[in-house]
Amino acid sequence: MINRVVKNVEEALKDIKDGNTLMVGGFGLCGIPENCIAELVKKGVKNLTCISNNAGVDNFGLGLLLQTKQIKKMIASYVGENDEFERQMLSGELEVELVPQGTLATRCMAAGYGMPVIFTPAGVGTEVAIGKETRKFTFNGEEKEYLMEKAFEADFAIVKAWKGDTAGNLVFNSTARNFNPLMAMAGRITIAEVEELVPAGELDPDHIHTPGIYVHRIFQGQKYEKRIEQRTVRKK
Amino acid sequence: MLDKNGIAKRIAKEVKDGMFVNLGIGIPTLVANYIPEGVNVVLQSENGILGMGPFPFEGEESADLINAGKQTITLLKGSSIFDSAMSFGMIRSQKVNLTILGAMEVSENGDIANWKIPGKMVKGMGGAMDLVASAKNIIVAMQQVNKAGQSKFLAKCDLPLTGVRCVKKVVTELGVYEIAAQGGFKLLERAPGISIDEIKNATAGKLIIDGEIPEMQV
Repeated sequence: MINRVVKNVEEALKDIKDGNTLMVGGFGLCGIPENCIAELVKKGVKNLTCISNNAGVDNFGLGLLLQTKQIKKMIASYVGENDEFERQMLSGELEVELVPQGTLATRCMAAGYGMPVIFTPAGVGTEVAIGKETRKFTFNGEEKEYLMEKAFEADFAIVKAWKGDTAGNLVFNSTARNFNPLMAMAGRITIAEVEELVPAGELDPDHIHTPGIYVHRIFQGQKYEKRIEQRTVRKK
Repeated sequence: MLDKNGIAKRIAKEVKDGMFVNLGIGIPTLVANYIPEGVNVVLQSENGILGMGPFPFEGEESADLINAGKQTITLLKGSSIFDSAMSFGMIRSQKVNLTILGAMEVSENGDIANWKIPGKMVKGMGGAMDLVASAKNIIVAMQQVNKAGQSKFLAKCDLPLTGVRCVKKVVTELGVYEIAAQGGFKLLERAPGISIDEIKNATAGKLIIDGEIPEMQV
């Protein structure tokens, strides 16, 4: 078995450089690679392009990298929880490409499946379609216009899983799965931090969400905060 | 005039047994509270859930289990979890039968705008563009008139579009409307106590009134 384990987060991110494009897993603050984000802040790499569904909140998640102005361009679908993001975007300091959520997911998927483009109806007739090729297809008995969208290309994909083994196989927990397995497949180099790292053989092969072939580096994360964005509860 | 819960209650009557339903943030989320007993539906949340349940009891919430509004939730028996590509796969392939979402503006040909106010509010479209481009059955829950008293039922949307010619039905504080095939807001029901004149004053786009319009039952 090929061993994918690296010692720690420093070693995992050692060759990330200024100007790199990073995919960062998670939906909201759910399933984000907390250890890697903290290390990126510490490293101080700049001019990053980040592909992530959201941009964190002001003082957590990718919001930390916005505060330190390490992100040059953000590619995301929803950024409404972050005031600093909105400020940097409206002032023109931050370059932003807003992408429909399904398109974002599928552009990651396409990269992982080795397909250069996808066609989707999302965004046809809107400003998302400006400058993009459209084509008409008859599908499911209906003729419709579709927009051509390109697979993402990222130097690194940084994901977070619940469990992983030394062969790099990953299992996600509940809705912390979200974009993580898609981005894991899509990075030129994929780095996975996990809550629990186990020896190869301990995870049931039938229960693996991401096969280790996609995961180049894996390490056991530390001190997960797992912040909740909207705590909504009922009284007993 | 209906309040938010009234709008949600009226929309709940459009939800039929056996449907897979995606509810947007805001009024649409409230629809779940009014689905009649005996109507079995499965709620989809686009971050990767089928079978979303109510909020958890205090102390039982998990950071790993949230809905598309980032709220902590629970799962019902028979639920499933999947990644974001599969989530939009079932939306694009129309396995999800009904989409209910909010809007800032709707036009008489069924265009919808709900994601951006240029120079002011830029939150992003999230999954809304994917949903409106693919769903066969889209119901919009919205206020027909803004705080300044201007109609949000327009001949043509002023704000950047989320999708074109996609809205089928709209429920507002004043009534229930269908987007007519030839264009126009076709009034189907009036909210309790609302007159045709009030509806006319609140509609900037083409309004179609065909015969006697019943008052809605909520």
